[in-house]
Amino acid sequence: MKYSEKVMDHFTNPRNVGEIENADGVGVVGNAKCGDIMKMYLKIDENDVITDCKFKTFGCGAAIATSSMATELVKGHTVKEALALTNSAVVEALEGLPPVKVHCSVLAEEAIKTAVADYYNKIGREIDFEIEKAHDEE
Amino acid sequence: MARFVYADNAATTPVSREVIEEMLPCLEECYGNPSSLHQKGREAKEILDSARERIAKVLGCDASEIYFTSGGTESDNWAIRGAAIKMKAKGRTHIVTSKIEHHAVLHTCDALEREGFTVTRIGVDADGVVDLEELSRAVNEKTALVAIMYANNEVGTIEPIREICDIAHSKGALVFTDAVQAVGNVKIDLSTLPVDMLSLSGHKLHAPKGIGALFVRKGVSINNLIEGGGQEKRRRGGTENVAFAVGLAAALEMAEKRLCELPRVEKMRDRLIDELTKIPYSKLNGHRTNRLPGNANIGFEFIEGESMLLWLDISGICASTGSACSSASLDPSHVLLAMGVPHERAHGSLRLSISHDTTDEDIDYIIETLPPIVEKLRNMSPLWEEVVKGNNKNA
Ligand SMILES: Cc1ncc(COP(=O)(O)O)c(C=O)c1O
Ligand code: FES
Repeated sequence: MKYSEKVMDHFTNPRNVGEIENADGVGVVGNAKCGDIMKMYLKIDENDVITDCKFKTFGCGAAIATSSMATELVKGHTVKEALALTNSAVVEALEGLPPVKVHCSVLAEEAIKTAVADYYNKIGREIDFEIEKAHDEE
Repeated sequence: MARFVYADNAATTPVSREVIEEMLPCLEECYGNPSSLHQKGREAKEILDSARERIAKVLGCDASEIYFTSGGTESDNWAIRGAAIKMKAKGRTHIVTSKIEHHAVLHTCDALEREGFTVTRIGVDADGVVDLEELSRAVNEKTALVAIMYANNEVGTIEPIREICDIAHSKGALVFTDAVQAVGNVKIDLSTLPVDMLSLSGHKLHAPKGIGALFVRKGVSINNLIEGGGQEKRRRGGTENVAFAVGLAAALEMAEKRLCELPRVEKMRDRLIDELTKIPYSKLNGHRTNRLPGNANIGFEFIEGESMLLWLDISGICASTGSACSSASLDPSHVLLAMGVPHERAHGSLRLSISHDTTDEDIDYIIETLPPIVEKLRNMSPLWEEVVKGNNKNA
């Protein structure tokens, strides 16, 4: 199994690692048992623009690289645009992932959406989207 | 890259120069088919026989008890299936194995189970030692075979094979041991060790991949696995891989000669274990003393093994992990789970397997390189965040 250069770049040099104090939306997804836990923090301004995005991830190289890439792809964009982010867009931006690792990118999409849902909850907006689950329920 | 350290000898080893040198003439000059009647054939036959003799001498058995195979996997398949099918005729349709076997053994037993045999898989304690009481209760007059490994490939624990033989033989069952990891790392003397069958593999002891052997004790009868042209006394078909058989013999002799140097390897292993378990929330996997001389397996909580391996690889260190993420099935190591290691720690397990070729400087380098990697990964782990904040229930 081999990772692309882009994946290795984001793995060795992850962008936006960390926490955001008083984040407007936080999403934690995954399951320590089956592998991975991803935690996304979003800072969102009054125009619904994601001004900052940080992550923490417990997982494999692909999980770390997809989290990093996902933060880059949503930062500076509106919440709506973030919701349109698909895992395949993340995979594409990373120049591909080995087939067994695609589920890790689903987690990144899920983490962003969960963080947005948290934001919607906080501001009392109705959640009008669905979150695809990376892992089957146990 | 500062340094290159190969610490994955349990996965495979480089072929040693001496082995290559013994093999080369067999490829270039003595290329005959050992079954051929002419001089080239006779020459090859002689070399093959002598390789068998040499292996038998190291293992303390008779040359007629050694069969060459394509490796550990074939030997394991043959021993288990061959014995099971043979013993079925005597009304013995029960197989006993352990939960920590190599997949070559586990999956052969699974297949036999689907074909109508009953299989009991014995558990292990926290150190990975097979539960002898459970074994005693499991073995009965229906038991055809007890298949338990000599030493575990992941955690390095050495199993009480003698006691296992006593238990199995008291009920008339055969004993097969997968000694793929043990041969060359532990003194094995088949003149005193009462196993009925034993498997070994070349590439774990500096011979090439694709060559192995099965020892079948005189008087023990098993069915064939591979039918063919009557080679290996009609027990295993296929033109013999003479050069690799010679390589296996040479490698075994070398390993035997170097058994006395193993305390040096053990010392390096112990330094790895002592230093790396100083990292907070880390724990040795496997038995502390009764383990393979080159195996150090340590679990680091709150991080994932594949990420650790990638960083080590970038730093020039080759190692392996029992993490779910690095297995095709995305399941954590069945060995660690059988030992009761929680999923979380199985996830962060790291196996370093060293050899005679490892130096003290290599060990220094690993000890220097790993802690910052663990720290870096923990710093980006949401689980570690909880520990730092004091919220983690497990910590
Ligand atoms: C304990 C054990 N048994 C069997 C095997 C399989 O041996 P081979 O790779 O020669 O088929 C291995 C090595 O992968 C092993 O470690
Ligand atoms: S995090 Fe487990 S496979 Fe990616």
